[in-house]
Amino acid sequence: MEKMLVCIQCPQGCKLTVSHSGEGVSVTGNKCPRGASYAQQELINPCRTLTTTVRTAFVDFPLLPVRTLGEIPLKSVFGAMGEISRLVVKKRLRPGDVVLEKLYNTDVALIATDDMTMGEKYAKGSEDYGRDGILS
Amino acid sequence: MSGAKWDVAVIGAGPAGLAAAIAANKAGARVCLVERESRPGGILKQCIHDGFGLVRFGQKLSGPEYAWRDIQLAKERGIKLFTDTFLLELEAREEGFVLTLQNSEQAVFQIVTRALVAATGCRERSARQVFIHGQRPAGVYTAGTVQRLINIGGHLPGKNCVILGSGDIGLIMARRLTLEGAKVQGVYEIKAEPSGLTRNIVQCLEDYNIPLHLGATVTKVHGSERVEAVTISQVDENLRALPGTEEYVPCDTLVLSVGLIPENDMLLPLGVQIDPRTGGPAVDQLMATGQAGLYSCGNALHVNDLVDYVSESGEIAGSSAARFSLGKPDRPCHLPVIPQGDIQYVVPQKLDIAAGGQAVLYFRSARTIANASLEISAGGQVLLQKKYKAVRPPEMERIVLDLALLPPGTEELSLNLRG
Ligand SMILES: Cc1cc2nc3c(=O)[nH]c(=O)nc-3n(C[C@H](O)[C@H](O)[C@H](O)COP(=O)(O)OP(=O)(O)OC[C@H]3O[C@@H](n4cnc5c(N)ncnc54)[C@H](O)[C@@H]3O)c2cc1C
Repeated sequence: MEKMLVCIQCPQGCKLTVSHSGEGVSVTGNKCPRGASYAQQELINPCRTLTTTVRTAFVDFPLLPVRTLGEIPLKSVFGAMGEISRLVVKKRLRPGDVVLEKLYNTDVALIATDDMTMGEKYAKGSEDYGRDGILS
Repeated sequence: MSGAKWDVAVIGAGPAGLAAAIAANKAGARVCLVERESRPGGILKQCIHDGFGLVRFGQKLSGPEYAWRDIQLAKERGIKLFTDTFLLELEAREEGFVLTLQNSEQAVFQIVTRALVAATGCRERSARQVFIHGQRPAGVYTAGTVQRLINIGGHLPGKNCVILGSGDIGLIMARRLTLEGAKVQGVYEIKAEPSGLTRNIVQCLEDYNIPLHLGATVTKVHGSERVEAVTISQVDENLRALPGTEEYVPCDTLVLSVGLIPENDMLLPLGVQIDPRTGGPAVDQLMATGQAGLYSCGNALHVNDLVDYVSESGEIAGSSAARFSLGKPDRPCHLPVIPQGDIQYVVPQKLDIAAGGQAVLYFRSARTIANASLEISAGGQVLLQKKYKAVRPPEMERIVLDLALLPPGTEELSLNLRG
């Protein structure tokens, strides 16, 4: 059986042909090894990086952009969004800081991708009213 | 009445301006960055999705992460950043450029700079520019505005959306709106092929079962207070609406993703020559415009699809501006770069052969071509040939040319793209 896929690992968007016979899966059309592993994964369980925002307790930086540190199953995306919608960040984080160790039944961490210390209030030296702990 | 003197001033602290400021600072120039918003980072602040930095960092970063790397560098180097500061007026004088600026701390003030880098980015085409008329009900937004409302403000602008135009920002927003709980009825594209990257069609539309309708456009917006519906029509090969194909699609929000226009209004009083093909100034490979000491880069120069190349053009502009300011630059000797065949545009539009070295050329094809070949020639001689499996208008191509290859007495260089 043959299946056509477009690789989404980079903007090149290679057109992949995946054929699986008895012995396994073969991939053609990929310009780099990432294409092959993408196609294999895509057949078993499509996975994506999730990027979104988390609410914060800071008026000058009300939303913190976040992403998953690795990919999560596409089918878990809405569940993950639900979990994320209940979070409130109460500490000023910087890119790479972990917001949540394990997002929604996965082993994948959710990390901050922006620098909350660049918020106006903080930058201008007013009091940081974050309490202990990152999340409520 | 003129204030502080700088070697290089950069307008706009997006990725292009940050890269320009850092490069000029590395070259020893005293640099300041002027930004009208309260934080540096430009449009990347709201581009929270990933896919930035593959070329430059070998990583898939989100927009804010990508910008943050340069912001940190600029901070470490002590580059002066004026935020919340608006450029009111720009004037070219004997001693350099006089910039009239405004902010809440210094009110209206002036600075003088020998060299100036314009890195003001682009703006989005709006409803009026795509000829959507009607009563102007609430609920018509550009994709970038929707992106800002959701990702920075935390407001969902509507619950039932139609997206007009298949540019990347529209595709990204189709996914974003869906993730935040809105229903996206579909993406409508007037042309026969999508204008965004294929990977965005896959990961933004197909992943979420959002339909893409090609050869169709919005011909009417219904509703007086708020959008209630749009009429969609199929178009013929001349992009004219076909009578009898109208479809009434109820929605509360119409999102426009119909293209970007380089922002160069502030340069117009200086009489800078704008290339009608790119919408940005005509430059040479040093990013020098026709006006001595004035450089352009990033989306103000031409609309880029990858931020990595925006940063590259910023670096070139910044180091060229520093060289102009600090050294005694050679008199430029320009020859035109002529786009031929299926080339939509080429940047730079001219080459300064006195500068020597290598020139980075960026171009776009006018149409999708499989197995295309590019030929760069000068003085009847072919200097460089390259084959492409496919070229598509949304995907900018980049090629490096060694100017030593130019035969003596060359009067023009041509780029010819053929199927
Ligand atoms: C909505 C949107 C989404 C995009 N999404 C992607 C994407 O997913 N991936 C990608 O690779 N590229 C994307 N792009 C393209 C992206 O714009 C470029 O990759 C890059 O951010 C452009 O950088 P820049 O520095 O040229 O412009 P910008 O990032 O726009 O920065 C220009 C800066 O100049 C400032 N400015 C303008 N005029 C003045 C003035 N008169 N005085 C003072 N300051 C001024 C602005 O406030 C802004 O901060 C997107 C573009 C837009 C508009």
